[in-house]
Amino acid sequence: MSTADRTRERPLAPTAGEVATAGEDPVLDEVRPLSGVRETLYFAFRNKKLVFGLVVTTAMLAFAIVGPLIARHPPLAFGGRLGWAPTTREGYWFGTTLLGQDVFAQFVTGLRLAFIVGALGGGIAAVMGMLVGFTAGYRGGIVDELLNMLTNVVLVIPTFALLLVIAAYLNVRSIATEAIFIGLTSWPWAARALRAQTFSLTSRDFVSLARLSGSGSSKIIFKEIAPNMSSYLVMMFILLFGNAVLIAATLDFIGLGPSNTISLGMMMQLSVQNAALQLHLWWWFVPPGLALMTIVGSLYVMNVGLDEVFNPRLRNM
Amino acid sequence: MTRYLLRKFFIYCLTFVAAVTIDWSIPHLMPGNPVLTLMGRIQIQDPQVAQHVYANYMRSFNLDLPLWKQYYYFWVSLVHGDLGTSILQFPSPVSSIILHAAPYTLGLLVPAILLSWYVGNKLGALAARRKVLDNTLLPFGYMLTATPYMWFSIVLVWVFAITLHLAPVGFAYSPTAIRGFNTTFIFDLLHHWLLPFLSLFLVACGGWAIGMRNLIIYELESDYAHYLEALGAPRRLVRKYAFRNALLPQVTGLALALGAVIAGALVTEIVFSYPGLGYQIYRAITNEDYFVIQGIFLFIIVGVLIANFIIDIVYVIVDPRTRIGMEGGQA
Repeated sequence: MSTADRTRERPLAPTAGEVATAGEDPVLDEVRPLSGVRETLYFAFRNKKLVFGLVVTTAMLAFAIVGPLIARHPPLAFGGRLGWAPTTREGYWFGTTLLGQDVFAQFVTGLRLAFIVGALGGGIAAVMGMLVGFTAGYRGGIVDELLNMLTNVVLVIPTFALLLVIAAYLNVRSIATEAIFIGLTSWPWAARALRAQTFSLTSRDFVSLARLSGSGSSKIIFKEIAPNMSSYLVMMFILLFGNAVLIAATLDFIGLGPSNTISLGMMMQLSVQNAALQLHLWWWFVPPGLALMTIVGSLYVMNVGLDEVFNPRLRNM
Repeated sequence: MTRYLLRKFFIYCLTFVAAVTIDWSIPHLMPGNPVLTLMGRIQIQDPQVAQHVYANYMRSFNLDLPLWKQYYYFWVSLVHGDLGTSILQFPSPVSSIILHAAPYTLGLLVPAILLSWYVGNKLGALAARRKVLDNTLLPFGYMLTATPYMWFSIVLVWVFAITLHLAPVGFAYSPTAIRGFNTTFIFDLLHHWLLPFLSLFLVACGGWAIGMRNLIIYELESDYAHYLEALGAPRRLVRKYAFRNALLPQVTGLALALGAVIAGALVTEIVFSYPGLGYQIYRAITNEDYFVIQGIFLFIIVGVLIANFIIDIVYVIVDPRTRIGMEGGQA
């Protein structure tokens, strides 16, 4: 049984208002969704994992937005003392690199880029996954066969190796192209999962009813099917987001990061290249990885929390 | 069953063709002429000589032929195992570079993948629905699985190799070691192998443990588990059945996770200067040695396809339903 099915079949504790109007359909239709939202929110705020994940992610996001505004030096400018440990002097809060660059400025710039790459790459992957998954699951037949084959082919290709080749040939690389290529290669598992979900929903009565009433395919998909797996879509996007952040960091570390800026992966690459490990310049290589781990980890924890909120069976009783 | 495997095999062949085509077309689709870049690097002053060299390069890379012929020749040389020549390590052929590097990568990857899968699943199954264990193990699992492979390697090197001097900083063996099949050299190899292996193993382990823990919880809430419990079956038996059922998606998951682990191995090697494929690819990228990058890409593709096929066969063996279903004529 799928997540979306469970969401629908959740035994709702009827509120007083619902009981009173249970006989009248029109009113019921207006009351139900509201109480569903209220119930979800009730469990959402009581779920420690979800709250923890949300708080940490939001804090990191806030840091990524505010950080570059309060950094005292441009991220790529030289001029600081070489290899300074974190200090309050001259605004080098996170110290300087071996080349005298401000680690704080680099860190917050990289943090911002990580969120951009995650949102863009994860977003593109989600859209691709939805397009392919919905179409394949709803249409069925030959379209399904072809899309399934495409999904399987892209699924098997180790996308990271593919990205390596593509990025290596691009002379000028930007954060946008990086995100686009990550998005275009990381959708298959999402498409596969969505296809299965769509498949099971398409045979339901309410979809048949919509079809009988003359709605077009796209309207049925976006008005009837998609809302019924909204929780699933949210969780899928979160996973794709975290995935995109990690892939981008790995690409950057291997030397294929965007030109003319600095990312968390590039910070790690440069620190390894410049013997920061041997010189114990820990403030240079510890923060970027730690930040990535925190962002992605809190996203994962948030995801499990969401799963428990939407999926009563998983709640720890 | 044969039909199922044949179908899979067809998909993999298709994937291989697609991958080779992509591998061939990327340099052609990208703006810029690689030969011009090469010419720019050697900087010949005399225009007449430059023209000759240019024409020679165009001919030797088959760039003067029509596109379909270039594509055809790409396949021909591929079938002959010719992946081109490295520019950086001229004149070693790319295939020999790969053959020298691959054992190191496989030596890291295969044990790391198999052991992390085994240990991770066991740990996850132990943790599921056991409050204390769940609350201690799970946060570690999430932290590990969210850790970028290279950062974990960096931290391990810094702490264990550089600060505590417990392990070598990098490379596959000590510079003073004499290569040979004796205990000293094998011990030296293992000594250098341990830290990069641990780095891969631990990060991968976290993901498996979490996956298994969540799957077991799903299984324990399913009807058959409740029924067994209602019959008074001991809890251990219920968990055993749940584990077996949860193992199936994890087998499929192994195929899906391959790409991530390989990417992890590549960057781990870079941190440890471990002379495998990742280290070669890093050198190739920083020196724009494109044939090496393309060759390693194809090698990884073939490896992943073979691994996928093995996993498919294992799945058929592990899951009796696929066998019965296949014989019934359903694909």
